[in-house]
Amino acid sequence: MARAVTNRRKAVTTLAAWGVGLLIFFPILWTILTSFKTEADAIASPPLFLGFDWTLENYGEVQERSNYFRHFWNSVVISFGSTFLGLLIAIPSAWSMAFVPGKQTKNVLMWMLSTKMLPPVGVLIPIYLIFRDTGLLDTRAGLVIVLTLINLPIIIWMLFTYFKEIPGEILEAARMDGATLWAEILHVLTPMAVPGIASTLLLNVILAWNEAFWTLNLTAAEAAPLTAFIASYSSPEGLFYAKLSAASTMAIAPILIMGWFSQKQLVRGLTFGAVK
Amino acid sequence: MIKTPIKLLAVTAFAALLSGNPAAAETLTIATVNNGDMIRMQKLTDDFTAKNPDIELEWVTLEENILRQRVTTDIATKGGQYDVMTIGTYEVPIWGQKGWLVSLNDLPASYDVDDILPAIRNGLTVDGQLYAAPFYGESSMVMYRKDLMAKAGLEMPEAPTWDFIGEAARAMTDKQNEVYGVCLRGKAGWGENMAFLTATANSFGAKWFDMDWKPQFDSAAWKNTLTFYLDLMKDAGPPGASSNGFNENLALFQTGKCGMWIDATVAASFVTDSKNSKVADQVGFALAPDTGLGKRGNWLWAWSLAIPAGSQKVESAKKFIAWATSKDYLALVASKEGWANVPPGTRASLYANPEYAKVSFAKMTLESINAADPTKPTVDQVPYVGIQFVAIPEFQGIATAVGQQFSAALAGNVSVDQALKNAQALTERAMRKAGYPK
Repeated sequence: MARAVTNRRKAVTTLAAWGVGLLIFFPILWTILTSFKTEADAIASPPLFLGFDWTLENYGEVQERSNYFRHFWNSVVISFGSTFLGLLIAIPSAWSMAFVPGKQTKNVLMWMLSTKMLPPVGVLIPIYLIFRDTGLLDTRAGLVIVLTLINLPIIIWMLFTYFKEIPGEILEAARMDGATLWAEILHVLTPMAVPGIASTLLLNVILAWNEAFWTLNLTAAEAAPLTAFIASYSSPEGLFYAKLSAASTMAIAPILIMGWFSQKQLVRGLTFGAVK
Repeated sequence: MIKTPIKLLAVTAFAALLSGNPAAAETLTIATVNNGDMIRMQKLTDDFTAKNPDIELEWVTLEENILRQRVTTDIATKGGQYDVMTIGTYEVPIWGQKGWLVSLNDLPASYDVDDILPAIRNGLTVDGQLYAAPFYGESSMVMYRKDLMAKAGLEMPEAPTWDFIGEAARAMTDKQNEVYGVCLRGKAGWGENMAFLTATANSFGAKWFDMDWKPQFDSAAWKNTLTFYLDLMKDAGPPGASSNGFNENLALFQTGKCGMWIDATVAASFVTDSKNSKVADQVGFALAPDTGLGKRGNWLWAWSLAIPAGSQKVESAKKFIAWATSKDYLALVASKEGWANVPPGTRASLYANPEYAKVSFAKMTLESINAADPTKPTVDQVPYVGIQFVAIPEFQGIATAVGQQFSAALAGNVSVDQALKNAQALTERAMRKAGYPK
């Protein structure tokens, strides 16, 4: 009897999980389906789910009109570049805050987080002027710097939380064995925090990949990533849903596939603190 | 051994120099919106680069609101990211006044600037200086279903009144079969519902400000405008109209759910395109309605090409603009894509062309544009320029907030009186803060 209840509960939970999963995934699925429709089918009412004439013409037109690979490459450089630069700064910072906290550490952490509360548009003009004067407008290097700074508080907070879970005694033991500071961080702390670092890296890549304020406002032709590629297919006058969906599908596909393959690390990293 | 590669390098470099180093070409960065006419231009630029091999073109296509934000930031900070910008009749008077744009008064004689339609040219001229060249112009007009009109036993006059529109819309409505007499903009935004409602208000004798820049939402004319609009939409509009903009109404009209649609003339080419429109062969056109006070509810807009004052490539940019907005370009589009796809509403010579006259919406587009005068938009005298907008920098913010009030009234969340009272209060506050009257 108890077993039957457990099985039923399991089935219900599974169904509910699938239901929620599909609900969350539905907008993406709908975007993908719409990308294979004609513009007329894309606005059909009632909406067509699968019974429409499948076409690849939107992908053809998007390819013809835009340089997808240049945008894609810019996205890769900007998101991975800003993530690696961010980790380079964040790992030592998080180490010092987790293992050698000072009186102001908590305040510093809160202050860093508070910078995320400012609406980005509030600093658009100053940053634009700095970029103009330093020649960083419409460059990948400029975007790497800006996205690093924007995501740094999140990276430091995440790493700080993971590092806090690691017993300080292990590091002390390493020090007793004569490990230098760098050896301690590189050979003891980092390997132990790999799941945490991996999930921070993945999450940050996703955040940087999807960032659509700075990447649109600080670029023109040269450094424009996939966010600008998508924005070029929205139109105030005229039907564009199918082409926009094709462009969106092409833009999200790489990160979706990356997320799919690394979901184990992502979930493990995100629940790193909770399961201990 | 060492000498040979150096020699080889020198010879290669010399050969590259002789063959015309492509790096020497000047690259123009052009910011533009994503609409059919602009995309077509991008595809046809081989014609320009063949005639100007020393100029290369780099396109930045963005959604209208993003583009506006992007180019405004760049021009205000003299960022110099763009050499040619696509801007509208709202920006040109403001930016021209501030000295942010390069004058185009010295375009060559062959450009024939006098051929540009006067209404459009006036909208792009500040103190006698032409600051932008129109790429395509548009007004607004009534698009209606001939079959539904006949079924309702009515005949659309060439210049209808709002009363007729109300009567026809109610007669055409068949909610059970999802046919709605009229589809109008309801989505909040200065370029969305407020473009339509401001132009409509002009025809009801209303205005945004009096000569002392005092907001006028407490006037009877605005109350009449909003009451008429809300009653009409309640009786004959589609459900959820408060979230409908141009594209939503276009989709409704093309799928046969609207009897009439009053919107941009550029929509005519979409609704008559049999590839995407189910009602392509049933569409008729009429002038935007009036109430007999001397102003019609039609607006005027021109997507135009301008050069920001920060550009280092002014001469090349002028060459490009002269090409893209020339008579030859119109002929080029006609030869490649047919007359119906020529960018409309900019040149008188296009409308004198007998081939173009065969296009079903050509005559009504021209008449609508000619009926609009941005320098005298309202029945009473006003201190501002602009028909569906007021050409002051504060307008975007104020009109979007007012648009939210009117959209809420359409959704049934606030009453007409409350929406107007709120609009009056927020406009007064914003204008006081901005220091008007100036």
